[in-house]
Amino acid sequence: MTRVLGWLAALALLAGLGMAFAVAPREATQGTVQRIMYVHVPSVWVAYCAFVVVFVASIAYLATRAEAADRLAHASAEVGVLFTGLTIATGSIWGKPTWGTWWTWDARLTSVAVLFVMYVGYLLLRGMIDEGERAARYAAVLGVVAALNIPLVHFSVLWWRTLHQPPSLMKPGPSSMPPVIVRALLVNFAAFALLYLYFVAKRVRLLRLEGEAGA
Amino acid sequence: MTADPLVRVTGLRKAFGAHRVLDGLALEVRAGEAVALLGANGAGKTTLLKILATLMRPTRGTVLVAGHDCAREPERVRPHVGLIGHGSHVYEDLTALENLKFWTALAGLRAAPAELAGALAAVELDRLAGERVRTFSAGMKRRLSLARFVLARPRVLLLDEPFAGLDQRAKKWLEEHLEAFKARGGAMVMATHSFGRELAVADRIAILSGGAIVLDTPRASLGPDAIARLYRLHTEEGA
Amino acid sequence: MIFARRAWSVVWKDLLVERRSKETLNALAFFSLLLLFVFQFALGPDRERLAAALPGLLWLGFVLAGLLGLGRTFVLERENDCWEGLILAPGDKSAIYVGKLAANVTLMLVVEGLILLLFAVFFNVDLAPALTGLALVMILGTVGLAAVGTLFAAMTAQVRARELLFPVLLLPVQVPVLLGTVKATEAVLLGEPLGAVGHWLGLLAAADVIYIVTGLLTFDFLLES
Repeated sequence: MTRVLGWLAALALLAGLGMAFAVAPREATQGTVQRIMYVHVPSVWVAYCAFVVVFVASIAYLATRAEAADRLAHASAEVGVLFTGLTIATGSIWGKPTWGTWWTWDARLTSVAVLFVMYVGYLLLRGMIDEGERAARYAAVLGVVAALNIPLVHFSVLWWRTLHQPPSLMKPGPSSMPPVIVRALLVNFAAFALLYLYFVAKRVRLLRLEGEAGA
Repeated sequence: MTADPLVRVTGLRKAFGAHRVLDGLALEVRAGEAVALLGANGAGKTTLLKILATLMRPTRGTVLVAGHDCAREPERVRPHVGLIGHGSHVYEDLTALENLKFWTALAGLRAAPAELAGALAAVELDRLAGERVRTFSAGMKRRLSLARFVLARPRVLLLDEPFAGLDQRAKKWLEEHLEAFKARGGAMVMATHSFGRELAVADRIAILSGGAIVLDTPRASLGPDAIARLYRLHTEEGA
Repeated sequence: MIFARRAWSVVWKDLLVERRSKETLNALAFFSLLLLFVFQFALGPDRERLAAALPGLLWLGFVLAGLLGLGRTFVLERENDCWEGLILAPGDKSAIYVGKLAANVTLMLVVEGLILLLFAVFFNVDLAPALTGLALVMILGTVGLAAVGTLFAAMTAQVRARELLFPVLLLPVQVPVLLGTVKATEAVLLGEPLGAVGHWLGLLAAADVIYIVTGLLTFDFLLES
């Protein structure tokens, strides 16, 4: 099952690469560098989804005390941190030729960086508690707080950078982009989502085996 | 008194990682009865008391205290148990009276000043009511923790080496108190290391070894030597 | 009603112990004074630079004092295993959270008032006209800071490397509160009406509500075993 997921993810990633390099048009001003968007944007979407999974799994753990829910939260947080890291790295690589700097305190980049440190803290907390049950409980509480904090971080950072309250909370969606770019983005998003599922499935299994070996 | 035992433990297991401290433990304590738990260091006496007090969750098995499941409804168990553990649960910078006032208020009990004073008098601390706990001896602190149970009236008392570090007079005082608690229909589980006079209050002796109770016998006429022999026979210390 | 009485008993106990021992307050007062030195050395005597950095410095001071003070919320409970007593006390644990939170907010506001006074005296800034607005921002910000801080202090109280982990967890979560308070303080000090930063005050209020409700709902899970 996991293996199938792995192959599916690999195939989808290949398809995504094809879409990004062969099908999607070369951007006029930025050139080929702009194609990094097909990694950057899907990874941040997947990261947000991963943290939502942490949130839901944490609540499920607190309600049911099912270890499976805790393992899901743990795995999803790890993979989420991975994808946030990927977002920041690709953002930097994209930023260097475009803005002429590796890092800028752009609203979205800053938001993602805050998420990154928040969930690295989550993993640190887990690592510091030896007793499995307590680690699960505390991490679940943190998983809930961190997720509820995401919208607050988003708006505060946005307002902080734009100096004024934006006229609308909704930013222009992907619909303003040409359909071919949207398609390429969606294919890559699907590929990254499959990759996320594959990683989480692997990690959950490993955590279960670790737990069994320990108990 | 109710026919149902106040403490009923069956098939209890508590594991820390791979290490099973308790495994397959069973114990019943009826109203008006006191059980002394004997066992080597690390045998799991404190762990058992903490599980009974709802401070720890059992890994497996059923633990009923005052008719309620410790794992599933700890909040229903808590009004009925009193724990005298290694820590006395008192704040050093508060006076005896202030400590008592705080803990009764936190327990949601409404106690008039006269009742608070009465509880302190019952543990012979009435003359020290206004003194900071920082100046108290270990025995006085333990008495102060008992004072809160004078007001809260738990049905089950859990004691972890209650006589350790007390002088003769304090030991005698505590013994009388525990006897009175039993006479009122309370149940008691007491972990101890000594085979001597401290066991006088116990009706039964339970020896804890290898994660379970290997011997549960009425104390009746057993003297310290007989208990020590039984203890050696049933624990690894004797092997 | 019982909930309020139980919460109040925690406030009363914590503040009474603090009044007697003055452990946290004395140390934080001294720490605030030291912060002033550090800020002065870092910025130099230039008044304009100071004025521009003032809102940020002020909140940096509040947050640093908060990290030290809030992290100690449950240190007292380790004395004689009082922590166990809190768990065993029958009734909703969220009453303990509310009590600890209220005591923390009180303590923090005292320290923040002191820092404010020190700033006014040593940096020679006239804060009087902005005081009402400043007080509002301080209360909104401190409640948010303390609501998460109290929760995280309970979380890290029993954990290895507690002193390190507490700020590492708290700071990223406090980003919205920090940005909101600094921006709002900036406006208030410039003499702008509060309406100009209404969206920031709204965000702070929303953060306070979200944090407190989350704390109330999750505190029970931290005070187990």
